[in-house]
Amino acid sequence: MEPLPEDRAEAVFEDYKLPYGDAQAVVEATRCLYCFDAPCIKACPTGIDIPEFIRKIATGNVEGSARTIFSSNILGMSCARVCPVEVLCVGDCVYNHLEVPPIQIGRLQRYATDKAYAAGWRFFEAGPDTGRSVGLIGAGPASLAAAHELRRMGHRVVIYERRDVLGGLNSTGVAPYKMKSDRALDEVAWVLGIGGVEVRTGVRVPEDVSYDALERAHDAVFIGVGLGADRLLALPGADLAGVRGAVAWIEEMKLGPTVAPRRAVVIGGGNTAVDAVRELVGVGVAEVTLAYRGDESRMSGYAHEWDAAKKSGVRALWSATPTAFLPGPGGAVAGVRFTRPDGVVDVPADLVLLAIGQEKLGDRFAALDGITIDGGTIVVSTGGATGRPRWYAGGDCANGGKEVVNAVAEGRDAARAIHLALTGGS
Amino acid sequence: MPDLTSNCAAIVSPNPFWLASAPPTNSGAQIMRAFDAGWGGAVWKTLGQPIQNVSSRFGAIRWKGASGVGFNNIELITDRPLETNFREIAEVKKRFPKNAVIVSLMVETREEWKEIIARSIDAGADGLELNFGCPHGMCERGMGSAVGQEPKVNERITSWAREFSTIPVLVKLTPNVGDIRPHGLAAKRGGAHGVSLINTIKSIIGVDLDRMVPMPRVGGASTNGGYCGAAVRPIALHMVAALAREPGFGIPISGIGGITNWRDAVEFMVLGAANVQVCTEVMLRGYRIVEDMIEGTSSWMRERGFQRLDDFIGSAVPAYTEWGDLDLNYETVAKIDASTCIGCQLCMVACHDGAHQCIHPSPDPAVRVPVVDEAECVGCNLCQIVCPVPGCIDLVPVENGFSPATWNDHVHGGAALRPKKGAH
Repeated sequence: MEPLPEDRAEAVFEDYKLPYGDAQAVVEATRCLYCFDAPCIKACPTGIDIPEFIRKIATGNVEGSARTIFSSNILGMSCARVCPVEVLCVGDCVYNHLEVPPIQIGRLQRYATDKAYAAGWRFFEAGPDTGRSVGLIGAGPASLAAAHELRRMGHRVVIYERRDVLGGLNSTGVAPYKMKSDRALDEVAWVLGIGGVEVRTGVRVPEDVSYDALERAHDAVFIGVGLGADRLLALPGADLAGVRGAVAWIEEMKLGPTVAPRRAVVIGGGNTAVDAVRELVGVGVAEVTLAYRGDESRMSGYAHEWDAAKKSGVRALWSATPTAFLPGPGGAVAGVRFTRPDGVVDVPADLVLLAIGQEKLGDRFAALDGITIDGGTIVVSTGGATGRPRWYAGGDCANGGKEVVNAVAEGRDAARAIHLALTGGS
Repeated sequence: MPDLTSNCAAIVSPNPFWLASAPPTNSGAQIMRAFDAGWGGAVWKTLGQPIQNVSSRFGAIRWKGASGVGFNNIELITDRPLETNFREIAEVKKRFPKNAVIVSLMVETREEWKEIIARSIDAGADGLELNFGCPHGMCERGMGSAVGQEPKVNERITSWAREFSTIPVLVKLTPNVGDIRPHGLAAKRGGAHGVSLINTIKSIIGVDLDRMVPMPRVGGASTNGGYCGAAVRPIALHMVAALAREPGFGIPISGIGGITNWRDAVEFMVLGAANVQVCTEVMLRGYRIVEDMIEGTSSWMRERGFQRLDDFIGSAVPAYTEWGDLDLNYETVAKIDASTCIGCQLCMVACHDGAHQCIHPSPDPAVRVPVVDEAECVGCNLCQIVCPVPGCIDLVPVENGFSPATWNDHVHGGAALRPKKGAH
């Protein structure tokens, strides 16, 4: 992989949840009740034994703590930063019922996993070669988790990635106040450090490598292609410069320099929209407006994230349906026209980001007999099995678009299912 | 306002809170600051032939973020000149005539005892405390716990002190014995006006695993020290109560050992202590803790309608009895309050792994409140102990139709016992 440029726009962001020092970590870890059959574990898609890893921090066994985390979630370092813990593990901490602040599980997990990276602790090695080979399409969290698990079991692994940058949305899409792209690449290197994973970048499936070729080369194939390009709006003015997909803009901001416009509008009410408005404020946009067709209560973006956006100075325009992008001088956008219950409103903007969803990529695999697609999403059963023998899928392309931690769980579980299928259960 | 005036073996102080003989009572300046803070009395750091101390001297147990839950030391008696100590005792008594100053003493020969007692009285001491308890260093020289562990020596030296003293004599006892009672009785036979207990417990507080040296580390070695702090309180409470209920003992007890707050102090007094002495908590937090001890005790007395300390001193002693006199037919079962349970299930794992396997998951997987199988519950308390929610688990008496019956009733009188629970 090429090193990332130094002048990335994301570099201006600081962590919004600061890392713990040793004393803070021990104090917080000591508060944990060490629940039995703990609700936080059940709330974690990868099922990390959270009370156990926290107890080990409290006893000074940080290496053991990291081992506990990575045993369930090999991407535990990034998940510590990017997981919406407020609605997962932390949200289910029993202290919430006692009206005591819940344990800061994400920050503790970051503490232990950062220590592991800094110290170079490694816990897993590749298993004895089975002679079997698995092809993984995409190099995002699902495929990385699958690749690591498959290597532990001794299978040969080849990852096919169309980009030059590995890591998927962890590298190109995570809000930089949670994790920057260089840290995501640290994780990719750490995961691939198990050795024996062949990575082919700049390769598109099926354009460059056909499905037939994959089936001939591998005993099983895992589809972990995530989601596609931003959905756009076919409205007057859609071709104006400055009307962009939000995911594309975020990727540009994370991987390179960007010019901050004076005024920006983000259209959408989901987590991408909420991330985008906070990021626009962060890179120096003076006026940022989130425009959503519903009202605040209908937003699908997490309430805790939207609260943070509001505190950063983002304005909201509710019940606003865009009808046109307004032209300015030189073919650039100058604003957005919205219809609202009380009439028409024009909001000036030099940048308009559309955060209304992403293309679903399942249809790319519809040509394969046996694979079922539902609304663009690949239909899978337990363990990620598609309806086509030896083909598995996981992550956003199979779950419709969830968290990194869901992709990790699905990739890991698909790897285990593949292992069972290839070895007959040994 | 309840009257906190304390009288322990005719040593009177404005309240029952004394500083124990230890680093907080090393000098007159310290003790005067302590009296300003509100302490009723102070037992002066043990006087004797001034010694030479080591570095370091203290070690502590850190538990769940709190340091000093258990504490130990290898410091010896005073290292300051006797003349300085006696001059300062006189100064303190002059400035604080109403506060009690008790001088702790530790010397070897009869002549030495005679001289140091005379000098203590001349300095204005209100009482003497004979240090028969120190379990490190001094005992190797035939003093401290070496005396406290030998009832005959204890009795003899105590009788010397009585012979030479015109002020009350307390004997400070060591807990490093199998049974405290013969040692308390020996002090009484020697003529002690009262006893104080416990001194520290012989201990090694921990080990430096990097250097492979026990702690506290003195260069490349260490030695056993005296263990104290909150963790020793149960041992001290037992020894105080054992003497308080001993027939034929009947002299005042100054209670010592792991007292950190007013509640701890009151527990000692209801188990028979006339007053209490505090060291470790002051070493960790300062003299200021006495404010809460005074307020808390006063509030508690007011709530309970007690006017003076004698109204409650020893109140719990009659309820301390032999196992054979406990009612075997008294039966309790655990009840979990579902409305306050937070679903941590610590009670369930504790019961399953550490008790009698009678707390189970709810049959409804969506419900995290565990279920008690009352037919199997032996009423052991473990679930209540691990529960983080105050009042969520209660041990509720069960009417089982059996009349009260103790083991002694059963063995000697054939009293009927209820069927055993959980014994299959």
